[in-house]
Amino acid sequence: MQNRMAAAAKKLLHQRRSILNFSQINRSSSTSGFTHHCGHVPLKQFLASYRWDLWRSCLIHMQNMSAVHHRKFGSVASTIVQRNPMFSTINDDDLIYFEKILGMKRVIQDHEELKTANTDWMHKYKGSSKLMLQPENTAELSQILEYCNSRRLAVVPQGGNTGLVGGSVPVYDEIIINTRRMNSIISFDKVSGVLVCEAGCILENLISFLDKEGFIMPLDLGAKGSCQIGGNISTNAGGLRLVRYGSLHGTVLGLEVVLANGSVIEMLGTLRKDNTGYDLKHLFIGSEGSLGIVTKVSILTPPKLSSVNIAFLACQDYISCQKLLFQAKRKLGEILSAFEFLDAQAMNLVLHHLDSVRNPLPSSIYNFYILIETTGSNESNDKEKLEAFLLHAMESGLVSDGALAQDFSQASSFWHIREGIPEALMKAGAVYKYDLSLPVEKMYDLVEDMRIRLGGAANVVGYGHLGDGNLHLNVSAPQYDDAILAQIEPFVYEWTSRHRGSISAEHGLGLMKAEKIYYSKSSETVQLMASIKKLLDPNGIMNPYKVIPSSLVS
Amino acid sequence: MVAIKRVVDYAVKIRIKSDKSGVETTNVKMSMNPFCEIGLEEALRMKEGGFASEVIAVSMGGGQCVETLRTSLAMGADRAIHVDAPSALYPLTVAKALKALVHLENPGLLILGKQAIDDDCNQTGQMVAGLLNWPQGTFASKVVLDKEKKTATVDREVDGGLETLCLDLPAVITTDLRLNQPRYATLPNIMKAKSKPIKKMSLEELKVEVRSDLEVVQVTAPPVRKAGVILSSVDELVDKLKNEAHVI
Repeated sequence: MQNRMAAAAKKLLHQRRSILNFSQINRSSSTSGFTHHCGHVPLKQFLASYRWDLWRSCLIHMQNMSAVHHRKFGSVASTIVQRNPMFSTINDDDLIYFEKILGMKRVIQDHEELKTANTDWMHKYKGSSKLMLQPENTAELSQILEYCNSRRLAVVPQGGNTGLVGGSVPVYDEIIINTRRMNSIISFDKVSGVLVCEAGCILENLISFLDKEGFIMPLDLGAKGSCQIGGNISTNAGGLRLVRYGSLHGTVLGLEVVLANGSVIEMLGTLRKDNTGYDLKHLFIGSEGSLGIVTKVSILTPPKLSSVNIAFLACQDYISCQKLLFQAKRKLGEILSAFEFLDAQAMNLVLHHLDSVRNPLPSSIYNFYILIETTGSNESNDKEKLEAFLLHAMESGLVSDGALAQDFSQASSFWHIREGIPEALMKAGAVYKYDLSLPVEKMYDLVEDMRIRLGGAANVVGYGHLGDGNLHLNVSAPQYDDAILAQIEPFVYEWTSRHRGSISAEHGLGLMKAEKIYYSKSSETVQLMASIKKLLDPNGIMNPYKVIPSSLVS
Repeated sequence: MVAIKRVVDYAVKIRIKSDKSGVETTNVKMSMNPFCEIGLEEALRMKEGGFASEVIAVSMGGGQCVETLRTSLAMGADRAIHVDAPSALYPLTVAKALKALVHLENPGLLILGKQAIDDDCNQTGQMVAGLLNWPQGTFASKVVLDKEKKTATVDREVDGGLETLCLDLPAVITTDLRLNQPRYATLPNIMKAKSKPIKKMSLEELKVEVRSDLEVVQVTAPPVRKAGVILSSVDELVDKLKNEAHVI
């Protein structure tokens, strides 16, 4: 015990010293009583606070040593978040209670499983939770949350853990509540196309189920093999088909959620139109688990149309891409179902790092590639329409070359190129990811400005849902480097803010952008969000430290 | 000359018609048989390599075959022939029709896919070679042409490994999967394809009867696989092998 204390003390001392060396320090209101100071601190004061913290660390369960969470690849400023000392730590009584409710099998303390659950998909964020719970139904979840709320134990709702902003993993020792066992399909109405299912259903499984019935999910994304519908809804996922089917705010008809205090709010309507009172489900769609946990979903699914055509095109400059979008919306109109773009750097990365991918237009290197998909009910009509549109685009010089998929396997190979970019980026080394909504005409300017700014230090790649004005800006470097990060942030957020864009188009704020919300929302708006959070989660146990600035919540 | 067949797209889940007379084809995506596509790609490469002067695509069946032929023109074939016929054509009839076309057009090489993915017959290539009395290299995974000697050296994929044959031209070659990776139909070629000719012929012109010696009696789906059972101990396994499966 003595040795461990000494080790803890040493670590604390080192951390204190390293924090004080930062020139720019967040004025976060820390409830531990220790506030960060700029510059030089009188030794006496330092020692006093150090001794006090040392005393405190004895009380804290030995494993929760680090009182300050320094985000591994974060920007130097403003992302230092302290563990909220109002939260309790798990004790044996808690474990006994959970095992009573869930049985031993679904109360997970195994080291390996926790390691995976504590780390996000990009291996960028790592929490130190010691406990994962897997409820099987809403009743169990409600009991767990009620208990956690009474004990002031922080929780992190987790689905497929495919989020890209660190929103699905603990920051400290929050209990992980994983919904993977709540994965049954409750009902499906073949006439209206309304699907009711539990939040832990994996998106790809829902797609396969609906395929047999002749329907499709209104959203589709690269992570579909792992992501769960509850998570998709909590993050208001966009994906590849938003340009055709709209966002989840439009397609979700009802939700069942469990609040922090365990109360089950059943709003699981299956009606297309229901104007009775405030439509509260919209609060939970996109709130990233900070207001409640989604347990059931009722969603409107579009019929599966037989004629899908897809073309892979090359353009010489960004202006042509924009004009092509304009034309596509007019000429292809109701059958357009996806409009994606990627630049030459993205194409090169994919061709280089992924095995089963080949360039459909190998004859020369183009600056931009566009993927257009149409979905309609009449095969020959649609193909003619698409061909006519493309030939016209080629004749007018908007498109330099292109290929039209002739069967399903060619179509999926085109999609593989676009969907494989995130994977290729991971293989290329370190990647800084940004997901921004910008006016279409300005979108690529940011990529070019960033390229100039970073010079040869990193590879700037731009791709995204051009049809929705959503740019995925990725900076690929051989290693994570704070110097590169300092060049990127806050430049990218300020640039976006100047053009009244969104710093997070579809990925959400999570941990990565929790303190950055002011770049895209006014302070009055954020204050109102904080009030709602306080109302629905007074103890702040639901996914803490994320989405809105911690200072507003404690 | 390349023979092309229009079949149900290989990625589509097949459903049997309720009267068990065949496979559901209405409202189902159809495309070029993958092996035929490989055959066409090989022919195009031969033309690009200077071994062939012209690539002719041929298909037999109802009016929708024209769509598939358009695709072959968009990939780069020079012209196409559509033999209009009732859809249910069996390999022998097709082989006879191909023989007639070969006599008309005199190609130096006839390329087919090794089999169609809808009936898996794997017969047409072999039958045509027999009717024409031409040498045949089936399941080709590599073809090398020699202009002066007028031969084709074909690597065949057989159960035991690879067999290499040298055929005198003219000959029949049927393609296997690993021969090549077909190209995509690019826009400039799609544009050019619009002006390429598709000649329509009938079976009567080719003096081929539609009589068939085969009749499809019934089409059924394979039995559904039973789900596996997870056992909890070796004793249970032994017990099941003994008393349920009766194998020990």
